[in-house]
This record gives sequence, structure tokens and C-alpha cells, in this order.
Amino acid sequence: MNSYAYTLLIPLIPFFVFVSVGMAEDKLKGKLGGLIGTAGLGIATFLSYFTAFKYFISDHVAGTGYTSVKAFEITWLHLTDKLTINLGVLIDPISVMMLVVITTVSFMVHIYSLGYMEGERGFARFYAFLSLFSFSMLGLVLATNLFQMYIFWELVGVSSFLLIGYYYEKPSAFSAAKKAFIVTRFADLGFLIGILILSFNTGTFDFKELTNPHGIAIASMGGAAFMGLSVITWALIFIFIGGAGKSAMFPLHIWLPDAMEGPTPVSALIHAATMVVAGVYLVARLFPVYSQTGPAALQVVAWVGAFTSLFAAVIATTQTDIKRVLAFSTMSQIGYMMLSLGVSKYGGEDGLGFMASNFHLFTHAMFKALLFLGAGAVIHAVHSNDMNDMGGLRKYLPITHITFLIACLTIAGIPPFSGFFSKDEILSAAFESNKILFGIEYFVAGLTAFYMFRLYYNIFWGHDRHYHHTPHEAPLVMTVPLMILAFGSIFSGFLPFHNLVTSDGLAFESHIDWMIAIPSILVGVLGIAVATIMYKKENALPDKVAASFSFFYRWAFKKFYVDEFYMFVTKKIIFNYISRPVAWFDRHIVDGTMNGIANLIVFVSFNIKGLQSGRVQQYAFVFVGGVVAMVLIFVYVL
Amino acid sequence: MIDNIPLNAFLVISTLMFFIGIYGFLTRRNLITMLMSIELILNSVNINFVVFNKFLYPNQLHGHFFSLIVIAVAASEAAVAIAIIINIYRNFKSIDVENLDQMKF
Repeated sequence: MNSYAYTLLIPLIPFFVFVSVGMAEDKLKGKLGGLIGTAGLGIATFLSYFTAFKYFISDHVAGTGYTSVKAFEITWLHLTDKLTINLGVLIDPISVMMLVVITTVSFMVHIYSLGYMEGERGFARFYAFLSLFSFSMLGLVLATNLFQMYIFWELVGVSSFLLIGYYYEKPSAFSAAKKAFIVTRFADLGFLIGILILSFNTGTFDFKELTNPHGIAIASMGGAAFMGLSVITWALIFIFIGGAGKSAMFPLHIWLPDAMEGPTPVSALIHAATMVVAGVYLVARLFPVYSQTGPAALQVVAWVGAFTSLFAAVIATTQTDIKRVLAFSTMSQIGYMMLSLGVSKYGGEDGLGFMASNFHLFTHAMFKALLFLGAGAVIHAVHSNDMNDMGGLRKYLPITHITFLIACLTIAGIPPFSGFFSKDEILSAAFESNKILFGIEYFVAGLTAFYMFRLYYNIFWGHDRHYHHTPHEAPLVMTVPLMILAFGSIFSGFLPFHNLVTSDGLAFESHIDWMIAIPSILVGVLGIAVATIMYKKENALPDKVAASFSFFYRWAFKKFYVDEFYMFVTKKIIFNYISRPVAWFDRHIVDGTMNGIANLIVFVSFNIKGLQSGRVQQYAFVFVGGVVAMVLIFVYVL
Repeated sequence: MIDNIPLNAFLVISTLMFFIGIYGFLTRRNLITMLMSIELILNSVNINFVVFNKFLYPNQLHGHFFSLIVIAVAASEAAVAIAIIINIYRNFKSIDVENLDQMKF
């Protein structure tokens, strides 16, 4: 037992809420289930903040680095003396940071949903699932070893499935839920293979042993080579596939836009702030292993991240469903984080990218949750997801308008909002490592500003549409979380991340590099300016631009036909050329053999059933005859 | 006197009784007669037990005990069999096995 043992409660409280609210779902009248869930998460949030305070401030001896602490650990499975699987709680800078991120966003979403989900059928069920998700996500970030992480990783996938499919009567919702589950599950296969290779070669699952840069585990790596890369590099690439699936990196991103079928608070919680950054967290967690033994794997991470951020940003400029724009923007921002990890090195100032990635993860969680919740308030007011049904809403939704604008300025990287600081660190890290990657990210920064303000102007400016009723501002229970998150978006940029969350736990000096910051502000302002010209007052310009890029525009609008490509591969190729022959073999050969045996037995028994005559003396005669025959055989033949 | 009778004589008697019993069991139509045939078979076995005990292990009694057990079992078997036969008679008004062939597929 040590002074952090209470942290075990942080994941367990949501778990108990899930069990109790889930079991008593029918009996909880009105908002009771929601209030229980919110209260439980409130306690977990308080404990997380307390832990952050204790870990970063009160327990920290000035001038030393942050070390990781195992708050709690038990042996869950004892298979052999060498192979045991533990469950526990690991406290270190990134897990404490993630605790704060997850509980903050989750708590805000819990409060917000009290208003947003009011009167929905299965209100208590919604809160039960939210608690299950919070439990899984907290368990994931607190995992002490790879295997425990894998368990919670899958639990996160399940709860995401349940929440996307919350409106399970809607065919599009449950097919989106299935798609998300299958795609991420497919990626998790890579994760599992990676875990097996990695722990087979190092002999441990434990993060503390694995990631100790001077430990035996890293030294013992190396191993045999396969196709020019060491086995460990392959293991790390496989693990990254798992992370890419959860974080919606190209080409495993196809589930994220569809996942917007879930309720908007769910999108804010899972598909913006927490679950989708699990992949970033995974790479950050294993970062010493990546940087010490698998630089090639880090290259993969960097290029996949850069490509995804560009790809998603281009698609985001063409979409009209406001939640989908935000979904692609999320992919793009996570691409930034991955890129930043990919260009980082271990230790000291070389670890700038690592710090920047976690920093951006933190600020992104705030402003993206804010954007989604703001979009939820807009949808709540006009009952549509399509920006063509919106316009002029700034008069009706003043609070949503201001907070949304803050979030847009934050993501566009305008100082002094937090996005500016984290994005600047990422750009500096990329600039020091690879000029091409820097160029891509620089371009994406401008694109981000453009598509966010396109969204903003389309929703809040322009002329009014024909609304069914006059749009009205959301209730206080929804706007207060918006204000709190707006506060976080503005001020979280001033947190001294370079002192807190670094690759080796030691603080290093970091300052804003104005040589990079000023161009990045300029490109953000340029993006905003272009969006202002095109979308602030409705004019023919957007259509003209779209027409002049007609071919490219159509490709981007159709999301570059990636979904169609997957459908082609699965339906046309896999179904036709693999599944069909296999199904034929199963129906005709396997089933045929079984049916043949059964038919043969029926045939034979039908023909010999006359032997069962019911006459006892006939039976006795056969019996005696048999005995005599056996006697004769034993005596004369054998 | 009994000591002068050779072993084979006993075995011939027992074998004859056994096959008479088998023959009776297979040919008689009356359930009671079939039951009596079974008793013949059992008794032929009893004779074998006693005779082999006498000729092979004259100082021991195992064979005798076996015959006693067989007699006891035969008595209970007869009791059960007669109870069954009475019930059959009540249902079919006959104890002829030719009529009792309902137990088939």
C-alpha cells in the first residue's frame, strides 16, 4: 500500500455506477439514473484532480524528474512462474494527464447530457453505458502492463459500439456501430500480434520494465530480422496498427465519420476527446521502446499521421454534415499528434515532439469536446445535422455562438488560445526533424482554419432558414459545460507541459519559437480570411471554386471513395472469390458428408427394423445361436 | 456310494437338463412352461457348481454357496415373473407368447 492506493477508486466508481444503474434501469424514474451517473463521475473527477495536484505539485521534489509509481497491483492470472498477468494502477505523468482529460470531458458530457438527452427512451441505459465507457477508458490509461491495456482496449471498443448504436432502431445507427466495432476489432488483431511478438522477445508485459531506457527489456531486444526490419520493429508496427484503428488513422479511419450516428454527447466524449486518442496514448506509453529500438516504426507513425491529417483536412472542407466536418477535423488533429510523436526523440529537448503531442492531446480534448457539444446545442435547436439547414443562428444562440467561436479560434491556432501553443510546439518539432512533414502540417494548419470558419460562418452567419420553430438557446445544464470547456480551451495553453509531461520525466526549457509561430499564425489568419470572404455573406464564390476544382471536389466530397474501395474489396473480391467458394464447400462437402452419414444410417435401419419382431422366443433363439456360434469359433477356430 | 459315480455322469445329466431347458424355452408357447424351462437351466448350473466343488475342492464349500444363491435368485425371479404373467393375463386374457408381440418398432 502506498499513498496512491486510493486511485483504484477512480475507475471503480464508474464501474459500480454502471452495474447499479444498468441493473436498476427500469426502476429509475426521470433523470435519477443520469444524476447518479453524474455524481459518480463527479467524485472520480475530483479524485483525478486531487491526484494530479498530489503527483505534480505536492509530492514532487523540486529539481528531480517524475517517476512512475505502481499504486496497486495484483496477479490476476498465474499461468507459469514466468508468465503471469497482472492488473494494477500505474501513476506517471501521461496517465495522470489522461486522468484529468478523461474525467473532465466525461464529467462535462454527463452534465450536458442531462439536458441533451432529456426525454429520450433509455435515458438510464445511456448513463449506464457512459459509465461503462468511462470505466474502460480510465482502466486503459491506468494499466500497468500491455495485457491489461489490451483488455480495457477491447472494453472501450465494446462501450463505443453500445453508444454509437444507442438509437438501435435506426438502421444507419446500428450499421455504423457494427462498422466501428469490426474495423477497430480488425485493427486490434494487429495490436494483439504486436503484444505477443514484443512480450515473447522481451519476456515481460510490464510497462515499467519495458519502457525503462536502461533496463534489461530494451537491451535484450534486437532479435532476428524479417524483411530488413528487426522483429521488434515489426512488433511496434503491429501495435501501431491497433492504435491506428482506434485513432482512425488512414486507412482504418472509415468508421469514424459513420460513428457520428451516435448521440452528439457521445461523439464529444468518445470520438473527439478520449477513445480516439487511445492510439496516441498507446504510442506515447511505449515511446521509449519506439525511440530506442524502432526508429523505422516511428517513421511509419510520423508519415501515417501526416498523411491522415492532410487527407482528413481536405475532406473536411467539402462536407456539409456539421458533425462529419468535426469528425474529419478530429482525424486531422490526431494525425498531428501522431506525427509529433513520430518525429520525436527520447530525452531532454529532443523529446519536444513527445511533449507537444501530449500537450496537443490535452488542448484538443478541451476544444474538440467544446466544438462537438456546441454542435450538439445547434442540432438541439434546429433538429438537423446539415449546415444547409442552418444560418444566422448567432442571434438565437448567443452563448453557443461565443463558445463555438472560441473553439474555432483555438483550433485555428490563434494566440492566446491554447491550440496556438500546442500546435506551435508540434510545428517546431516537425521543423527540426523533417522539412517535408513540416510543410504538410503547415499547409494543414491553414486548411484547418479555413474549414473551421467555413463551418462557423455557415452555422452562425448568413440569412435565416425556414425553421420549424424559432431556434432557442439550450438550457443552462447544456451551456454551463460549454462555458467551462471554453475556459479550458482559452487557458490550458498556459500549462507548463514541458515541465510536467516529458519523454524522460525531466523538465526541459521550452519557449515559443517566433520564427515558426508567426508564419503559423499568418497561415491561420489567411485560412480565416479566405473563409470569411467565401462564406460570411452568401455569394456565388464557393460554388465557383467548387466548379473550378470540380473533379477534385467531387473526389473529396465522396471522401476519396475509400468506403467504396473497401466495399469493392469486401463485397466483390472477398465475398465473391473467397467467401462464396468456402460457403459452397461448407454446404456441399462438409454438410454433404454429415447428411450422407445420417442418410446411410436411416437407410440401413429402415431395412433391418423387421428383425425387431417383438417375439421373445425369436430373440432367445438368436441369442442362443450366437452363443453356440461363439463357442464353436473359440473352440475350433481360435 | 456317491464317490463311485464318475464326474462325466453328472455332467451328462446337467448338460441334458440344460438343453432340455433351452429347447423348452424356445418351443413352448405357454409363459408358465417357459418359466419352468428357465428353472431347469438354472438347476443344471447348480448341479455343475456342486459337482465341481466336490471333485476339485472337496474340502471347501464355495460351490455350495453359489448354488444356494442361485436358488434364492431363482425364487425371487419366479415371483417377479409370475406377477408379470398375471398382469399379462389380465390385459390379454391369454398367456400365449404368440400373442405378445407388441414390443416392436
